[in-house]
Amino acid sequence: MSNIKVKVKEKDLNTIKEICKSFDNKPGELINVLHKTQESFGYLPAEVQEVVAQELSVPVAKVYGVVTFYSFFTMLPKGKHPISICTGTACYVRGAENVLQEFKRQLNIEVGQTTDDGKFSLSCLRCVGACGLAPVVQVGDKTYGRVSPEGVKEILAEYSEK
Amino acid sequence: MNKVKLTIDDKQIEVEKGTTIYKAAKQLEIEIPVLCYMNLEGLNIENKPGGCRICVVEVEGRNNLAPSCSTEVWDGMVVHTHTMRVINARRTVMEFILSDHPKDCLTCAKSGNCDLQNMAVKLGIREIPGQEYAEMSKYKTDFSPSIIRELDKCIMCRRCEMMCNDFQTVGALSAFHRGFQAAVGPAFEMDIEDSPCTYCGQCVAVCPTGALTEKDHTRDVINALSDPTKKVIVQTAPAVRAALGEEFGMEPGTLVTGKMVSALRRLGFDYVFDTDFAADLTIMEEGTELLDRLTKFLAGDKKVKLPILTSCCPAWVSFFEHNFPEMKDIPSTARSPQQMFGAIAKTYFADKISTKREDLVVVSIMPCLAKKYEAQRDEFKVNGNPDVDFSISTRELAHLIKEANLDLNKLPDEDFDKPLGESSGAAVIFGTTGGVIEAAVRTAYELHTGIKLDKLDFEQLRGFEAIRKATVDFDGTPINIGIAHGLGNARKLLEEIKAGKSEFHAIEIMSCPGGCIGGGGQPTHHGDSSILKARAKAIYAEDAGKPIRKSHENPYIIKLYEEFLGKPMSEKAHHLLHTCYFDKSRKIEID
Repeated sequence: MSNIKVKVKEKDLNTIKEICKSFDNKPGELINVLHKTQESFGYLPAEVQEVVAQELSVPVAKVYGVVTFYSFFTMLPKGKHPISICTGTACYVRGAENVLQEFKRQLNIEVGQTTDDGKFSLSCLRCVGACGLAPVVQVGDKTYGRVSPEGVKEILAEYSEK
Repeated sequence: MNKVKLTIDDKQIEVEKGTTIYKAAKQLEIEIPVLCYMNLEGLNIENKPGGCRICVVEVEGRNNLAPSCSTEVWDGMVVHTHTMRVINARRTVMEFILSDHPKDCLTCAKSGNCDLQNMAVKLGIREIPGQEYAEMSKYKTDFSPSIIRELDKCIMCRRCEMMCNDFQTVGALSAFHRGFQAAVGPAFEMDIEDSPCTYCGQCVAVCPTGALTEKDHTRDVINALSDPTKKVIVQTAPAVRAALGEEFGMEPGTLVTGKMVSALRRLGFDYVFDTDFAADLTIMEEGTELLDRLTKFLAGDKKVKLPILTSCCPAWVSFFEHNFPEMKDIPSTARSPQQMFGAIAKTYFADKISTKREDLVVVSIMPCLAKKYEAQRDEFKVNGNPDVDFSISTRELAHLIKEANLDLNKLPDEDFDKPLGESSGAAVIFGTTGGVIEAAVRTAYELHTGIKLDKLDFEQLRGFEAIRKATVDFDGTPINIGIAHGLGNARKLLEEIKAGKSEFHAIEIMSCPGGCIGGGGQPTHHGDSSILKARAKAIYAEDAGKPIRKSHENPYIIKLYEEFLGKPMSEKAHHLLHTCYFDKSRKIEID
């Protein structure tokens, strides 16, 4: 119950303040502010949520509640090459689960985690609107169709030299 | 057309537009079972997230069942509250809730007083199909000086979240995660100790399960009572006597002062004293401080801090330390009655019975969970030895009495011991909202004007409205008084002060609904605010029946000043009876 201090870099503090200001510091804009903030930082670490809370005058517990409720928001930094596996209905019935397991095995991480070297992170999403190509995997902005567990190694190899 | 007609279980009724099915049914004396829903009528505290789905009913012409707590009625609506479809749905809902709820009911702190358990009994649940598919969350138990959180027992009714955010505006708790992992807690799942929690305990007061309970000190008290080398003394807060009887089947509002004293003596306490004695002492100190500031103010001193704010409520103290640290020189510096009692017990009284501080154990019985935290604050310790060793709640006292095989109903009425057991009626009303300021007015008026009051009942200071304002004429000097119960209401008055718009000379603040009678350590009200009102009535009845009704006329208080303290606000009084406050706000700093 002692005085709690949250440390933030000045540049980051100003960035968050500007984002909040662009939404008039309205508490009702929390989700929009978090979207913009995540866009800017790539993820939403605790100290960033503390600043958002203070700027919008909402309890930081509420901010954390929203961040953990919506799967879009993440508190972990994404890898240099974020991998998203579609587990929507079409992809799922065509074997997305096996593809996902293979990515987990190859990278030795769970969904939501990032490799120790910061290169890859793994997440699931629901439908990218390319069901004809199911199962679909996205790495960064690039989309791969009809991916099989056997093809996983090949995809990763494309990024390992870079 | 602000009225609508509808039919519930073949009975017709006309209600206001916007009424929910649940409330309309209640008017027909049809009690629909609810679990997450809670309504403390008259206190503006309502929780209706429509989340648990226990209260579903069938509405003709609607395909799915409607949650009655949050569905508004319409003209011509036909409702059925106990069709087979409804009963089956409630059972299924309950089975789902129980499928991922721990099954340690036998040893759970809430056993026997749990809304979830009661509902399982009501719905006749005998098996829980599907639990093999349910995933049990595995949160670690969070221990704090006041509150214990076992999040695996959370059923997401969100009553605690509503109390913490909407009523108290503390904002320590929020729902997080989803599905089986969903629970309510502080940001980043930090311990409650690191959050802005004030330990008001209102989350515990409304929790329907064992997810939120108090830090139990009954074992510590039993150990102290069993130790022949210790003298163990007890103090009881005013609100306890107006509620303890409920735990023994008595009507809410039954005063059990004499029986409580009797029970404590039989439990083995060496001296049974009264926090009310210290409440009288608080009035002497706080009242003098008020008069001191007022006199300076009236003499034209612009630097004097007004309004003066009461400081008896430890959750309120934490609240301004966290949220308004820049105003920490406004509240009275007087310690709370619990702590004044402890300080006097371990000096003045310890001397009287020739007992060393270390061999004297002070136990307090409080309607409050924040008192547990307050008792272990560093300011209230001497060489590590606390002025108050253990603070237990009204509920814990009931457990102790039951464990000792005593039936409160059958005990004789006995009197408190002297000298720290004598008190005035002014001290008794500390237990309800408006009581502290009324007690202060009774004393401050007479000391300031030198005129004896004809009428001691200041009706204008009483009641249950969230924020009350009254002006008391101090023989030509109008004194503006504000009263708030609930920290959200207190916040409004603080914002006024901050903006320089406050019209008050003195403000009383209590954190809990109705004041201490509605404290987080009291017998569970299960959402019935009439219980709180009955307790308040009992408190005023005890005051009216007291031979002495003004703090400054308590002969043992007069003696305490003569023998020991000198006069109010003396150096000794400052040392033992006053305190200081700290800035506990969260600060964002540049790295």
